[in-house]
Amino acid sequence: MTIFLAIVIGAAFGFVLDRIGTTNPNWIFKMLNLTNLHLAKAILMAIGVGSILMFVGQMAGFVDVGHMSVKTAYVGVGVGGLIMGFGWAFSGYCPGTSVAAAASGRKDALFFIAGGLLGAAAYMVSYASIKGTFLMDKIAGGKVTLGTVPGAKYEGLTAIQGDLLGIALGVIFIIVAFVLPNKLVGGDETSDAVPAE
Amino acid sequence: MLMDWKIGGVALGVVFFLAVLLVKPIGVSTQFVILDGIIGDAINNELVVKTDEGYTSSNAYLAKSHGKYAKNVANPLNYSFIFVIAMAIGAVVSGVARRETKEERQVPSLWRKNFGDSVAKRYVGAFIGGFIVIFGARLAGGCTSGHMMSGMMQTSLSGYIFTIGVFAAAIPTAMIMYKRS
Repeated sequence: MTIFLAIVIGAAFGFVLDRIGTTNPNWIFKMLNLTNLHLAKAILMAIGVGSILMFVGQMAGFVDVGHMSVKTAYVGVGVGGLIMGFGWAFSGYCPGTSVAAAASGRKDALFFIAGGLLGAAAYMVSYASIKGTFLMDKIAGGKVTLGTVPGAKYEGLTAIQGDLLGIALGVIFIIVAFVLPNKLVGGDETSDAVPAE
Repeated sequence: MLMDWKIGGVALGVVFFLAVLLVKPIGVSTQFVILDGIIGDAINNELVVKTDEGYTSSNAYLAKSHGKYAKNVANPLNYSFIFVIAMAIGAVVSGVARRETKEERQVPSLWRKNFGDSVAKRYVGAFIGGFIVIFGARLAGGCTSGHMMSGMMQTSLSGYIFTIGVFAAAIPTAMIMYKRS
């Protein structure tokens, strides 16, 4: 059953990633150099919608709180984010979109994946020496959520009721998606529908 | 051709929600490690070994968290690995409706404008980018899917720390590298 769900949800994920343009490095470059924020709006919208559905579902009782999987906060999360951010802007791909882009026919994405497998191997080899360093020091207890989610196994950073906070943040993400301009940098052309040229 | 951000954003949000509702939050970058493990174990049979309690590995990373990754290397037909393969299938279905030129498939137009037409240069750049991205994602313990999308949607502190780090590096890098657009 879980394999069936992996196929259905995975295929839907790959399909939507490609449809909204994340598999096209030009859109990634334009989001990150702030000349076209179409993708940033879609990402904000997705986080907002996902958050609201999940927390409303928890409150209504049809979403299992136990399905939450909160990752540990540690120094390496920020450092790794900086490293990944540099590579993302440099290449135009992130791990998920590279797989979808290669499948959609982009040849350069295959080279990204090959480099990625080598990068993963480099991390596997260096993990033993990274493990004991400050990079693995936990921040604020590690596996924490911003509010305290009722019934969840995670500590809250604050005592605010976590599901309500999640819904409120979800609404804020959606509002930001709407008020964000189409671009923050660039000339005076107004259309955001034309890629590349 | 490109999906409107409102419709696309809602569709993407629903997919992330369905993943949590039915199984668990979406994540991708771990599977680069699992594929490396599968390749490594095929070359050296001793890399992943079965124990009384489960699986372990001579590699400290595969052995961590009671051999969680080692177990997935030994059993590639698990949810997360199949998920990534299915992603590729979904993107193929989406991609057939759209034909990019051969040139665009090799060198994206914005890269071309800033760094020229060399295919080799782009392939080397993509390879180096891939190395940096996955190394960084593994150090962080997740990527755009696992930390940024799934993490912030669950209001996890780690998702916010990761996202701030990513954009703090990505925006200046892109503004310097892709001046011509």
